[in-house]
Order: sequence, then structure tokens, then C-alpha cells
Amino acid sequence: MLLLRPTTIARKTLRVSTRKFATDAGQLRRTGLYDFHLENKAKMVPFAGYSMPLSYGDVGQVASHNHVRTDAGLFDVGHMVQSNFRGSSATQFLEWLTPSSLSSLKSYSSTLSVILNENGGIIDDTVITKHADDAFYVVTNAGRRDRDLAWFKQKLEQWNSSDHAKNGPVEMEVLENWGLLALQGPRAASYLQALTSFDLTKLTFGTSAFVPLEGFNLHVARGGYTGEDGFEISIPPSETVEVAKMLSKYPVQLTGLGARDSLRLEAGMCLYGNDLDEDTSPVEAGLSWVIGKERKDNGQFIGAEGVREHLKNGPPRRRVGFVVEGAPARQGAKIFSKDEQIGIITSGIPSPTLNKNIAMGFVKNGFHKRDTELEVEVRNRKRQAVVTSMPFVKPNYWRG
Amino acid sequence: MQSILRRTLASSNPLLRCRASLSPRAISRPFGFRTVVTKRYTAEHECVAFDDTTGLGVISITDHAQSSLGDVVFVELPQVGTEVSQHDQIGAVESVKAASDIYAPVSGKVEEINETLADQPGLLNKSPEEKGWLCKIKLSDPSELEKLMNEEEYQASYEH
Repeated sequence: MLLLRPTTIARKTLRVSTRKFATDAGQLRRTGLYDFHLENKAKMVPFAGYSMPLSYGDVGQVASHNHVRTDAGLFDVGHMVQSNFRGSSATQFLEWLTPSSLSSLKSYSSTLSVILNENGGIIDDTVITKHADDAFYVVTNAGRRDRDLAWFKQKLEQWNSSDHAKNGPVEMEVLENWGLLALQGPRAASYLQALTSFDLTKLTFGTSAFVPLEGFNLHVARGGYTGEDGFEISIPPSETVEVAKMLSKYPVQLTGLGARDSLRLEAGMCLYGNDLDEDTSPVEAGLSWVIGKERKDNGQFIGAEGVREHLKNGPPRRRVGFVVEGAPARQGAKIFSKDEQIGIITSGIPSPTLNKNIAMGFVKNGFHKRDTELEVEVRNRKRQAVVTSMPFVKPNYWRG
Repeated sequence: MQSILRRTLASSNPLLRCRASLSPRAISRPFGFRTVVTKRYTAEHECVAFDDTTGLGVISITDHAQSSLGDVVFVELPQVGTEVSQHDQIGAVESVKAASDIYAPVSGKVEEINETLADQPGLLNKSPEEKGWLCKIKLSDPSELEKLMNEEEYQASYEH
């Protein structure tokens, strides 16, 4: 059994890599909730340079997944990189690094965005929250930490030594060791409401606020990575454990990376490293909607030329969803039309909610239309795969 | 993420110990015949229970394997009648997080597959070495069993 074989291989590889990359379990980074996870019987695994909970106790992935769909789950996402950008030209700076319309974004609103390289390839996907024209809160992926931080540093130096900074520099502060918890599921709002006098019905999807929670005053953003209603709560280091305890009582269940992956895939959301990389433009990735309308034609952002080329002439390939018959198609499975390979699967699972095999992948432009019948090769056999619109599971966001 | 999740199965949870030794096991049959069932294991966590009277080996995954895999949601089995060689891929077991190939622990002909797994893949979790058996192979070379591990050796193989 291939899956279990890495039990030994992984150890060997780890030993080797200790010298090379320092990814030995002993040197993995920990979030402030590491001990809390162990107390809650988490199965800890290496993920993006961190030791993170895969699951808790004997709760299986399907049960854990379903609990978030029917009730509520709490995820430690404190491995992600939280940063503040401040300065009078912060809006312009971030509009240079991303194709988003941040000047027209309302205060205390968030948007999904992408950080692009010079070719228009995606360095990382990110959620940007605007607090004011001169203050932004940005969350980026743990797995891209080194690349992102080096990029930000380089671009800040460039920006701050130019005319753009004549009214003062843009400064970046990484919120090191801050906690980030995602409370997700249809019962998340009622649970959180019981802890605050703040009227959460006013906090609609994609907005955020500082919310008093049992004596803490925390930044709460409505949204998440599951397709369910929910909140992402940023917490100072000294308060993280206490807040996690407060947010993980019945009916909320602690939820690990396993369920996080199946929930996000059902919601049609990308995982950087699987579905996105530096050779993929936002147009190819089906993320053209993150590009500000008024910025499409002549917005000046890094990578604009490549992005505009894909917008005008169509991208060479496109990310689409699939429902696959028979066996689940996993990352790396080849996609065929007749006998020609026209793409590759980047994420795939048997969907716990739908009881169907769902997947996303990239196909040559032209094969991307809904209901297109293609084939995916799994274990040397071709299985029918039908292009299906995403999200696979209808989102359940609070829009007021 | 997938590749990272795959590495995670390294845990050696003390709760995953296999049950008391089943091998070799003697079962009384009518007419005074005695059948010896020998259980042998592979490093890839397959198990074969060989019945020396029928010459059939019942293939399954181990209890340790199912508990590391988590909820099994799909099982792919070989066609009845397929001739397989030891170490050939004969199917796969899938949980939400990953697919695991199953390799033939012995050579021979697939005589029967467990059809109930199509509707109840969860039997692999509930009863991996009994109700959740995968297929029965008529062994072409029972001496191959000698190359496999007995239960103690198998346990030691993943505990170290």
C-alpha cells in the first residue's frame, strides 16, 4: 500500500532533510496553540514548515468535515502570516503588488487577491482587509512565507526610495506569533453571538470589525475557507490559548487540516502549491474576478502585461471543476479528450458532502465549458470526468 | 497538501496494535480433517490468510493500515479471473485524504472478490481482516508465503 509505505520513507527522508532543510519535527515551527492541540489529542503533522493538527482524537475526517457543514468547527490557522501595511501610500503600494481595486474597497472590508510576479504568475493568494486608505491587514500563506516576505521587503525598499514615498514610507509589520482562529459552520454565528454584545448580524460576509469578546477586543473577519458562514479571529500571542478554549466548547469541534482540505475543495477554493503556482496567471486560475474592473484595461500593477494578454486573447489553459466517475482522481492525474492529454488534476477527493468524486484541474482553453465530457486516468484506467461549475457545494455565507 | 498528508501516517499510535495472534490457526472440520490457516503480512500492510486445504489466500489490509488510513470511502478490486504476480498492483483503497495502492502479496489467480465493499467500503475500517476482506487468490506458489512476515515481524516492522 503506497500510502502507508511513506511511514518508513518519510522518516528516512526527514533524517536526510534535517541537514539540508531543517524540517525535522524538532525544528518545525509551532503556533501558540501547539500544547493546546496536544492536550486535545491532536495528531500533529508537518505542514508548511509548522507542526499542525491533522485531526483530533478518534474523530475521523468525514465526521469532522460533516460537523463543520452541520454545526461548527474551530481551526488553528495561526501558521498563516498576518501583516499590517501602514503609510499614506499604502493603498497605491498594494495596488502595485496586486491587481485588486483597493482604493474603492470600503473600510473594514476584505477581498481575496493575488500577489503577482513580473510575468503575471501568482506568487501567493492572499486576503487583504482595508482598515483605512493608509492601513491594511494582509494574510498570506505559511507555505509561501519566505518567498512572500522577501518579495515584500524588496518591493517596499523599491517603493520607499521612489517618489511614491515622498509623503512618508509604507511600513510593514509582521504579526509574529499572533493567533489566528477560524470558527466555521452554520452554528458559528450563534455561538460567537453568545460571547459578545456586538450585533453580528451587521457583520456581513467579507467585512470585519474589532469585536469585544468576553473581555478581549479582537479583529474578527467574516469569511473563511470552508464555504460556510464563519469568522477568522486574529488574537495577540498572550491571549490565543484562552480564546481558543473559549471558542471550542460544545457544539464547536476542533477541526484539523484533513477536513480543512476537503471543505475548501468542496467550496471550489484553491490551495496554493496544488492549484496555484508562479507559472499560473489569475486568468488561468479562474480568478479574473479578483482583478479590479477599472484596473483591467490600464491598471499599473506588477505582472499586468501578462495578465492583460490572457484577458484579451484568452489564457492557454483554465482551472475547472470535475465530477469523476468510479475512482477519485487525485493531484497529478492526467486529463484526456479522446487520446490527447489536455490537462492535469491539481486537487481531488471523494466529496464527503456529495458522495461524488470531485476534483479541480487545468485544461486547455476550449475544453473548459460546463458539461464537457473528458476522461481522467486513474491507475492506468480512464474514467469519465465531466466539467462541473464550482463551488461544488453551495456556499452558506451571511450576506445580511 | 496531499503529499504532506501522506507523510503523516508515520505515527505509531500504541492503540493500533494488532489483535492477539491468529496464526497459525487450526480449525476443526468434519471427518476429522484439520485445516491450517497461515497468516502472513507484507511491509506494505497487506495480509494473506492461506488455507492449505483449499489453496486459497484471503487478501486483506491490516488493522494498523485501516486505522492509519482513516475512513475508507472507496475500494477498487481486481477482476475475478485475473492472473496476478506477487507485488502486482491489484487495486486501491481510498480515504478522503489519499489513495493507497494494494499489491498482491502472493501470485495466483483471483477467484473471488468481496462485492459488499462496493456498497460498504466502511467494512475495511470496522473489520479489516474479516468482513472487510478484499479478494481470494488461488496461490500458484505457496512457497512465496515464506518470504512474507509473520505477525510479530510485521508488528515490529512498523513500530521501529
